[in-house]
Amino acid sequence: MNKGEIMLNDRRIRIIIGHYGSGKTEFSVNYALKLAEMGFKVALSDLDIVNPYFRSREKAAFLEGKGIRVISSSLGHNFSLDLPAISSEIVGPIQDPDSQVILDVGGNSVGAKVLAKFYEEIIDKEYDMLCVVNTNRAETQTVEGIMYHVRAIEAVSQLKVTGLINNTHLLRETTLETVLEAQEIIKEASQKLSIPIKYISTIESVAKMLPEGLEGEIFPITMYMRDVWM
Amino acid sequence: MAKVLMKGNEAIGAAAINAGCRYFFGYPITPQNELPEYMSRELPKVGGVFVQAESEVAAINMVYGAAGSGVRVMTSSSSPGIALKQEGISYIAGAELPAVIVNIVRGGPGLGSIQPSQSDYNQSTRGGGDGDYHLLVYAPANIQEMVDLLQDAFDKADYYRNPVMVMGDGMIGQMMEPVEFKERPEVDLPAKDWAATGTEGKRAPNVINSLFLKPEELEDHNIRLTEKYDIMKNNEQRWETYNMEKPEIICVAYGTTARIVKSAIDTLKGEGIEIGLIRPITVWPFPEKAFVELPESAKMFLSVEMSMGQMIDDIKIVNQGRLPVEFYGRSGGMIPSPDGVVGKIRALLGGAK
Repeated sequence: MNKGEIMLNDRRIRIIIGHYGSGKTEFSVNYALKLAEMGFKVALSDLDIVNPYFRSREKAAFLEGKGIRVISSSLGHNFSLDLPAISSEIVGPIQDPDSQVILDVGGNSVGAKVLAKFYEEIIDKEYDMLCVVNTNRAETQTVEGIMYHVRAIEAVSQLKVTGLINNTHLLRETTLETVLEAQEIIKEASQKLSIPIKYISTIESVAKMLPEGLEGEIFPITMYMRDVWM
Repeated sequence: MAKVLMKGNEAIGAAAINAGCRYFFGYPITPQNELPEYMSRELPKVGGVFVQAESEVAAINMVYGAAGSGVRVMTSSSSPGIALKQEGISYIAGAELPAVIVNIVRGGPGLGSIQPSQSDYNQSTRGGGDGDYHLLVYAPANIQEMVDLLQDAFDKADYYRNPVMVMGDGMIGQMMEPVEFKERPEVDLPAKDWAATGTEGKRAPNVINSLFLKPEELEDHNIRLTEKYDIMKNNEQRWETYNMEKPEIICVAYGTTARIVKSAIDTLKGEGIEIGLIRPITVWPFPEKAFVELPESAKMFLSVEMSMGQMIDDIKIVNQGRLPVEFYGRSGGMIPSPDGVVGKIRALLGGAK
């Protein structure tokens, strides 16, 4: 199977959730770009009503240039007020069986609350809810921390997490060890939760070094959300 | 200790608690809300107290009270919220109390925007409140430096009995970076024998006050404060230099803007164009020592800011008329790009406009 084809096994609606700063947005943007490259009709909905900065809508012009429909606030992508003003357009792609949908949700259970609003739209359709995990974030350093976050998000969204993503990183300081050490912790959480690890997402230079046989498809990512000077 | 990935605002909270801060009084405002949120969750775990006050004015006066009892106390806000705290900050400086104030700066004036900015330079370096006082003001450029300076901020506040401000633009508060909390040697600080902690009938009461009814006493107080500020000016200047061997232009930039400038400098170096950087780490006192000896190659200064040129005056003061001072900046929450800085430098050097 070619890299990326595993994404075709994911259900049409992909809900990307996780702890603050786990890398949900970077994963969502990379995932949307890969789907668009394969020629799919892709909609990326930025449901982040928690963070004021570093949201996928900041890259709207770039993503739209790649043929991806970006949906965010009803007041426009660059409207910088922290109001939970989500565009009702979000429902359109969810209902359209030809659209591949990525819902980039805000951090923690607080950010996931917004999903309850769309519960009726999502529950009777094919969806995957993927939890992005970075064990270098204080609250998800342990198996218990990861399990707590998965359950808290499931509780507020009333939807089930169907996959974990090992996205453990230290930005440009990420090493092979960073990812492999995290894999052990996430694997244990995966077993206890009975939720598979679906992806290991990491920067290209580290992705190349990862050994075979790890649980989860290796998903190399580019840091689109981080400017060169950061 | 291993590195963890932290958002700037969370890292400030963790660093403050590490530095012994046990009291936090604040009022929410974007883009620093993760900091009071962190303190509300973490301070009770270490026997500390978090209070969300009814306003910024109330919060800074709670800081005033706590500082008067000698504890390590902090407040945080963002630009318009810091503007509201100025009266209390002046009282704290007047009463010679240690406290740490964090400002995660957003666009202004007025309510402005929630996007990053550096337009509180004048507010923090000129004294937003009344009277002859100064704050020691740190302006970190990354989260690790923010964490390290937070510890210094508490130590210096205690040492000088003066409020210390740590100022980061919104980007510093919101961005994620790997950080390490290093073990630091204990700093030898004088006992807080001035604190109002109860006399138990054994000594005369300590009085915490900024009111002086006799003019000669207030003048004496101001002379003493000024002597203290002169010592701070001499001992507390901090800066970093970058590519200062033979620069044609010397950029001056602080905080995240300095990182954007470094990126521009690296690009131009690849083309054989040498540009230097002086990065103030303290914006008060302004690092005038960095400007005493200038490389002969330098033709001009370029102030790069996320504001409309508030730092130009300080550069002109330390420049003492030697070189022209130019300016490049973005404001309102717009962030200068490395390409924008490169373009300005090319134009100044007479290249493509």
